[in-house]
Amino acid sequence: MEVKLNGVGLFACGLPSWQQGRAVLTGESSYQHDLSPAFDVDLLPRNERRRATKTTRLALQVAQEAMQSAQISDRAELCSVFSCSGGDTETLDMICTSLALPGQGVSPNQFHNSVHNAPAGYWAIANGSRGPSTSLSAYDSSFAAGLLDAVSLVAVMEQPVLLVAYDVPPPAALFPFRPLVAPFGAALLLCPESADGEGLVLALAISTDRYEDQLAGELEILRIGNPAARCLPMLAAIARGGQAEVVLPYFPESQLIVRLRC
Amino acid sequence: MSPLQVTAYTLVNALGTGVQASLRALQDRLGGLRPCDFDGAQLDTWIGRVEGMEQTPIPGQLAEFDCRNNRLAYMGLIQDGFSQRIAEAHTRYGANRIGVFIGTSTSGIQETERAYCQRDPETGTLPESYRYRYTHNLFSVAAFTRRLFGILGPAQSVSTACSSSAKVFASAHRHITAGLCDAAVVGGVDSLCLTTLCGFNSLELVSSRPCRPWDARRDGISIGEAAGFALLERANGDSPAVALLGYGESVDAFHMSSPHPEGLGAKLSIERALRSAGLCPEDIDYINLHGTATPTNDSSEDRAVVSVFGKKTPCSATKGWTGHCLGAAGIVEALFTCLAIEHGFIPGTLNTEAPDPALSAAIALGNRVSAIKRALSNSFGFGGNNCSLVFGRLD
Repeated sequence: MEVKLNGVGLFACGLPSWQQGRAVLTGESSYQHDLSPAFDVDLLPRNERRRATKTTRLALQVAQEAMQSAQISDRAELCSVFSCSGGDTETLDMICTSLALPGQGVSPNQFHNSVHNAPAGYWAIANGSRGPSTSLSAYDSSFAAGLLDAVSLVAVMEQPVLLVAYDVPPPAALFPFRPLVAPFGAALLLCPESADGEGLVLALAISTDRYEDQLAGELEILRIGNPAARCLPMLAAIARGGQAEVVLPYFPESQLIVRLRC
Repeated sequence: MSPLQVTAYTLVNALGTGVQASLRALQDRLGGLRPCDFDGAQLDTWIGRVEGMEQTPIPGQLAEFDCRNNRLAYMGLIQDGFSQRIAEAHTRYGANRIGVFIGTSTSGIQETERAYCQRDPETGTLPESYRYRYTHNLFSVAAFTRRLFGILGPAQSVSTACSSSAKVFASAHRHITAGLCDAAVVGGVDSLCLTTLCGFNSLELVSSRPCRPWDARRDGISIGEAAGFALLERANGDSPAVALLGYGESVDAFHMSSPHPEGLGAKLSIERALRSAGLCPEDIDYINLHGTATPTNDSSEDRAVVSVFGKKTPCSATKGWTGHCLGAAGIVEALFTCLAIEHGFIPGTLNTEAPDPALSAAIALGNRVSAIKRALSNSFGFGGNNCSLVFGRLD
């Protein structure tokens, strides 16, 4: 089950885009974890942009970057996998807050934005993409689960699949119960291995006897501090280019091996 | 695609606990809706409520998962000899080779709703006893299922609103095809909570009467809760009655909470399902509609169904029995479709009195005996996320 990598998107503190972040991941530039980049999303229509939560903006930002350099002949057929361990906790916090007040009101807009697949829906509308789209969670295993789902979807549909992995620290009330260190988003545009164009080829396998790859310093704090950031060792290998084997965590008793080749 | 046999299944909903309870209620045309009496919600609506959960906390080592949603999951998982069939799959394939794919839209959010009513008045902090990871988080029901059965294969919770527990069939098939597992527990669980009751109410999508799909005077949904699970594996000649023959998925890419008026996304998912099953529209003997009873869903689904099948293929909407079970609607109706095939009958469209003359699909109001070889089940969710499943006998 091999796929070709056609585009990458990235957004986190000190890693404001794949363009800039790849130099940090190869060690060419230093990682400045306290640099908080701003979102720069023009995908949403103006009135939606004002109301869009951090979760939606993050997902769309990295999705947009991954699509930028790719040549997709038919966006209508593009499939997607959106992987987020917690969903839009900002919206869920607002809903639970208003439900606790007398009258138990819920804003209709907040309610339809609270569905886990809201970012996927906005993305599909903006791109006119009608291919299969899933939105999933596997808690701390969400990145690996999303990557497995996306690669199997490329294999069956024989179409490009955009994987978007994203998680945002929840608002104050929920934070002690899900203390993510910082927001993190990454996107990969995966195509059938036989597709035209240059790109690293990726193959996956599940194992039960390996140890997950670790990073150093603040990047390691980010990797273990946000479930979407578990992809960082793989992104580092992609940034370096060439052949590599990366071990990502999956469930406590299993790992996801990612083999990269040119 | 290669079919996957539906080796075993189990169901809990407003019609009762276990598959037989649903079958009897469908055949006897006894609906499960009641005026809303849920947990402080003062809403003029009917709901499909499951009895008995309030008194049955999750016992023992899995108590940390305790919440309404996981209690409902537990009730389902211990029915119908399902755990025995899982044990057989363990022996046949090994724990690492069984996947878990569960759909849910709100998971254990009720725990969060309750926690927000118990905030510290000065600091606003939530009570220490709140267990976000094992209750509210979307993955909790899949994690619970894995732990209960000692399953260690690939797993995910799918959350695409009302198509969630139909899409799990597709995910499971792809993982099995890719060699990532050999069998899969697929399912869906969603439970009553203020978020959905008040949320759908604020969108004015809720009826004050039991829902009437396809009716000229339909005016909204009735919300229900349910848990359903199925064990899927490659067809192995053991001949269980029914198999998954195909599936199709799509996104409307139109609007976040209204379906495409011509049912474009629905048409795509139906066509993709037929194509993956290697079937033509004429091969389908019965369609279980998504049929939520909102004016817009039913008209856009009608357009999609008629454009693919014409006006002769019998169809029905069964949400009048159970209510709209949201993230569990997909599995409930997939299993109703399997029951229809196995027992040779079409369940009608309960509560509906006079079909809308503007709709032209061949809607069955009453039940009828019918040899069904292949059937289609539709599930369409917010964000325009669509899934259609084809089930049939394997001969």
